[in-house]
Amino acid sequence: MINVGVDDDLAVRVRGLRVVRGAREVLHGLDFDVRRGIVTGLLGPSGGGKSTLMRAIVGVQAMVTGTCEVLDLPAGSPPLRRRIGYVTQAPSVYADLTVAENLRYFAAVLGAPRTDVDRVLEQVDLADQRDQMVRELSGGQLSRSSLAVALLNSPELLVLDEPTVGLDPVLRRDLWSLFHRFADAGATLLVSSHVMDEAQRCDRLLLVRDGEIVADETEAELLARTGTPTVEAAFLALADRLESGGAA
Amino acid sequence: MTAALRATTVRVLQQLRHDHRTVALLLVVPSMLMGLLAWMLIDHPGVFDHWGAALLGVFPLIVMFLVTSVATLRERTSGTLERLLAMPISRVDFLLGYGFAFGIAAAIQAIVISVIAFGLLGLDVAGPIWAVLLVAVLVAVLGTALGLFVSAFARTEFQAVQFMPAVIIPQLLLCGLVAPRATLPRPLELVSDVLPLSYAVDAMQRLTVETGVGSHTWLDMAVIAGFIVAALALGAATLRRRTP
Repeated sequence: MINVGVDDDLAVRVRGLRVVRGAREVLHGLDFDVRRGIVTGLLGPSGGGKSTLMRAIVGVQAMVTGTCEVLDLPAGSPPLRRRIGYVTQAPSVYADLTVAENLRYFAAVLGAPRTDVDRVLEQVDLADQRDQMVRELSGGQLSRSSLAVALLNSPELLVLDEPTVGLDPVLRRDLWSLFHRFADAGATLLVSSHVMDEAQRCDRLLLVRDGEIVADETEAELLARTGTPTVEAAFLALADRLESGGAA
Repeated sequence: MTAALRATTVRVLQQLRHDHRTVALLLVVPSMLMGLLAWMLIDHPGVFDHWGAALLGVFPLIVMFLVTSVATLRERTSGTLERLLAMPISRVDFLLGYGFAFGIAAAIQAIVISVIAFGLLGLDVAGPIWAVLLVAVLVAVLGTALGLFVSAFARTEFQAVQFMPAVIIPQLLLCGLVAPRATLPRPLELVSDVLPLSYAVDAMQRLTVETGVGSHTWLDMAVIAGFIVAALALGAATLRRRTP
């Protein structure tokens, strides 16, 4: 049994987290933990606040109140900048550089060992494309090149915003097994997706809807609690309960 | 020089190197314009010397301003800036990386134009050519620093390009090339006193007629350097690690 509540087991501890963007509050006082060494899925529809929540954890979101501790430090602390790997939704690599030039640049900024470039190229299966210009890559190769940057310097926490969106099923399966290999090696992963099917790839789920956490459990627990056969159906059941004024 | 600054300088130069057409345009267009000017003024001895040196200080401002504002805007819209600012790089290193890279590009540009202007077109200045090159590079870095700053106020590349007429053309009109600054109406003369291009053109015109580099010319260069520092500081203030 994992001893919940002992901070050593937690990569992220969030209490009363609120985020205001413009005139609108987009996250309404969230409380949850992300455990170390597992893959946690952040699932929910687009526009529900997943990306904002990830930015708050990475420390690049403004107007955040409440507690957000990451690897035992307040989110956004400068020492965290080399311990977190972050992939934004849009593939954030330089289109007018080769794959290897991109990786060498970000490795230098992170102070990662030079050998990391070859390692991450192998991990995302882009070794053959290393000298290709990023703008010539296919969509799947492009998002893997962006993922490769986040793997530099072997971060303890990987925050991946929709890393598998638009990829073919084989590639998606390969990436999820890669994520689990990192988790087995001790890394913590927080992976968002608006595709509910991806829940079955995650060790634990956080379901986000309209700026609230509506579920924080394993897939099996969620299905048992809602009496539904799929996570999609479970999400709908929870949404209906909330609409009719009940508790999730 | 930190590793992040060196890496950023190399990275920006690599991006430029992959873009052969931009490199060709950077070198060929100003050289052709210089040739056009020499041809226009072929029957007016001495006038080309006056204008040619001044233009050597104007080209880099326009070119580097445009290149930098579009490049930085791309960093902002593609998400690479957000990613970088989540990494251990200081904002100053990011800005100076651009400054150094485009400064090096501008030095190469200025050398090529100078070889053509002084060697082929018979441009003649009284002062040393290295000082002309130094002013050209300073102006280029100024253009880069201004481009970094104003790119924060543009959301699209269309908008970024529109900042060129807004920021650069008033400086061109008031810098003393169209009418000597002392003859401007007093309010405009005061405005021209606080525009950096005035000092660049002033330095170039002094170098055209004075042998050696006088203290006034050094002062002009120091003022341009001051504007560079100020523009970079403003640029750093516009780089936010946190998304609103």
